[in-house]
Amino acid sequence: MLSQVESHLRSDRFPHIWCPGCGNGIVLSALVRAIEELGYDPDKTVVVSGIGCSSRAAGYLDFNTLHTTHGRALAFATGIKLARPELDVFVLMGDGDATAIGGNHFIHAARRNIDLTAIIFNNSIYGMTGGQYSPLTPPDKRATTAPYGNIERSFDIAELAKGAGATYVARATTYHATMLEKLIVAGARNKGFSVIEAITACPVGYGRRNKMGNGLQMLLWQKEHAVTVKQAEKMSPEELQDKIIIGELYRGEAPEYTAMYEEIIARAKGKNR
Amino acid sequence: MSDVVEMARLMQGNEAVVEGALAAGVRFFAGYPITPSTEIAELMAERLPGLGGKFIQMEDEIASMAAVIGASLAGVKALTATSGPGFSLKQENIGYAAMAEIPCVIVNVQRWGPSTGIPTAPAQGDVMQARWGTHGDHPVIVLCPASVREAYMLAIRAVNLSEKYRVPVILLMDEVIGHMRERVVQPHAEEVEVIERKKPAVEPKDYYPYRPGDDGVPPMANFGDGYRYHVTGLVHDEKGNPTTDPQVAESLILRLHRKIYDHLDDVITVEGYQLEDAEIVVVAYGAVARSAKRAVKDARAAGIKAGLFRPVTIWPFPEKEVAELAGRVRHIIVAEMNLGQLKGEVERAVQGRVRVTGVNRLNGELITFDEILSAIKEVTTDAQSG
Ligand SMILES: Cc1ncc(C[n+]2csc(CCOP(=O)(O)OP(=O)(O)O)c2C)c(N)n1
Ligand code: SF4
Repeated sequence: MLSQVESHLRSDRFPHIWCPGCGNGIVLSALVRAIEELGYDPDKTVVVSGIGCSSRAAGYLDFNTLHTTHGRALAFATGIKLARPELDVFVLMGDGDATAIGGNHFIHAARRNIDLTAIIFNNSIYGMTGGQYSPLTPPDKRATTAPYGNIERSFDIAELAKGAGATYVARATTYHATMLEKLIVAGARNKGFSVIEAITACPVGYGRRNKMGNGLQMLLWQKEHAVTVKQAEKMSPEELQDKIIIGELYRGEAPEYTAMYEEIIARAKGKNR
Repeated sequence: MSDVVEMARLMQGNEAVVEGALAAGVRFFAGYPITPSTEIAELMAERLPGLGGKFIQMEDEIASMAAVIGASLAGVKALTATSGPGFSLKQENIGYAAMAEIPCVIVNVQRWGPSTGIPTAPAQGDVMQARWGTHGDHPVIVLCPASVREAYMLAIRAVNLSEKYRVPVILLMDEVIGHMRERVVQPHAEEVEVIERKKPAVEPKDYYPYRPGDDGVPPMANFGDGYRYHVTGLVHDEKGNPTTDPQVAESLILRLHRKIYDHLDDVITVEGYQLEDAEIVVVAYGAVARSAKRAVKDARAAGIKAGLFRPVTIWPFPEKEVAELAGRVRHIIVAEMNLGQLKGEVERAVQGRVRVTGVNRLNGELITFDEILSAIKEVTTDAQSG
């Protein structure tokens, strides 16, 4: 299994930049195993990322990789996918990257239902810049820019994606790495915009400040707080209060953007004749 | 290229940009509507699919610039068009294209500013934004058409230069040229020189995406063509790997400059009118050059040895050409619809060897020929009395 993962890594780039205990590596290997499982041709596989700790993942992967500007990964990926729909495109983003500066691109990619697989590394914080609060920092939690506790409400990425028109929405934690891999596979197979939220740990920027311990303790926290969609069905709203629902959360049907554009091309060419 | 047939027709400047870009092989457009550039998006939406190309109206200008870079990286020639505020929004990603060396063309049909200004009024206030809009030090190429036909030809040239040097190229228009209608004879498809980016000639395992050829430009593999490599806006080595090595950083930035500045003869074009024996030279670009040409004609009729110097490439600034003028003329007048953005560059080039005066307008109206003519007459009298 390890050698499978390794064959898709750029070994000359290691050691990676992530802190000890950081969850980003777990998401990265789940992605590689998913691509392996999907059987995608590495030459036709593209990985686009934004800016942040998590977005550095793209550089470690031996595919066509593009490390873009903060928040804009989905817009770059839209250009790639529309120009060459035969490419399989994954988009890696941090929670701040995807939902703050990139929030507008996120909802519009979902609305278009363009065939991209977006993986959001949700560590509840801005990691790279040193622990400022993000739209995913829970209320009352502390961050360098919320020294008295965060007073902003946070987004529910899955609900946001669904509401904006994504046709596949799922969530897993880094503790549930195998599930994460399976959800990425299913998301990639969905012909449309797919969002997989990966709950991951930033012990340095978030955990320490909120007394959640080291990376291992944060993994155990994920284990204790995650409930599957099935389990959640039997639970009351009170019981679900501090829980994270994991699994496949939504599947929808809608026409996909690049396929519809191919029809436009056929129509325009017919008219020209 | 059988898509383009020769024909003479009445065309709007914005329309000419579209037709020129298509003739040069542009097959991708991403944009967000803004006056006075909107017709470019509208016409692209209509024309591209019939040629097998793609149009997308993105959610904003930032996204449009990003999508254009993505499409270009996937191997499709790509262009976006905007005006003033939209141009400001694109800057971060224009810098990205410069750093990652992704060919693309950005059309800015300038409007009056700052801010929302007068959306429909002509201005030339983005000369410095076109040069220095993004953070950091990198070169740019900026072309400035003065007629509808030239908008057509320069759209082709912008695409070609961007492919040849792997740089974002800016086609800096003004509202007058964008909205003016003139008769344009489109050249035959075979007459249009179309340049394609240089492709790697080595096996994928031997490919260094940022190792330059003799011309300073690295061959570019498209995503999906079997060359897997990393593209980043971070300082990167020849493999594309991020690094903070000061030496790599400096040599990268110097190479980005060199690949343009070593080819100034290819990149810079200027136009002269009645310059041979001119004593007073008007420097003007874009729509203002038309008023200036008429003023020069009238001045000549009045016995004044006037001439016109028109930079077609405004960045890199044609410093050598202007310095050469300074050695042999008595006075330079720079006419522009701003407070003197290009005038500063002219002054820098002439280094005090001749006097430079400005004719400027900032009220959203085109500078007229008689304003320029009076300026010519004024400096003539000054020179005679002094
Ligand atoms: C336009 C712009 N604004 C701000 C930044 C600084 N910046 C870099 S990464 C980052 C946030 C990263 O947080 P997140 O997206 O959650 O990813 P993480 O590092 O936590 O993986 C910010 C604000 C930037 N690079 N560009
Ligand atoms: S700061 Fe946080 S997210 Fe970034 S590498 Fe360290 S632990 Fe990971």
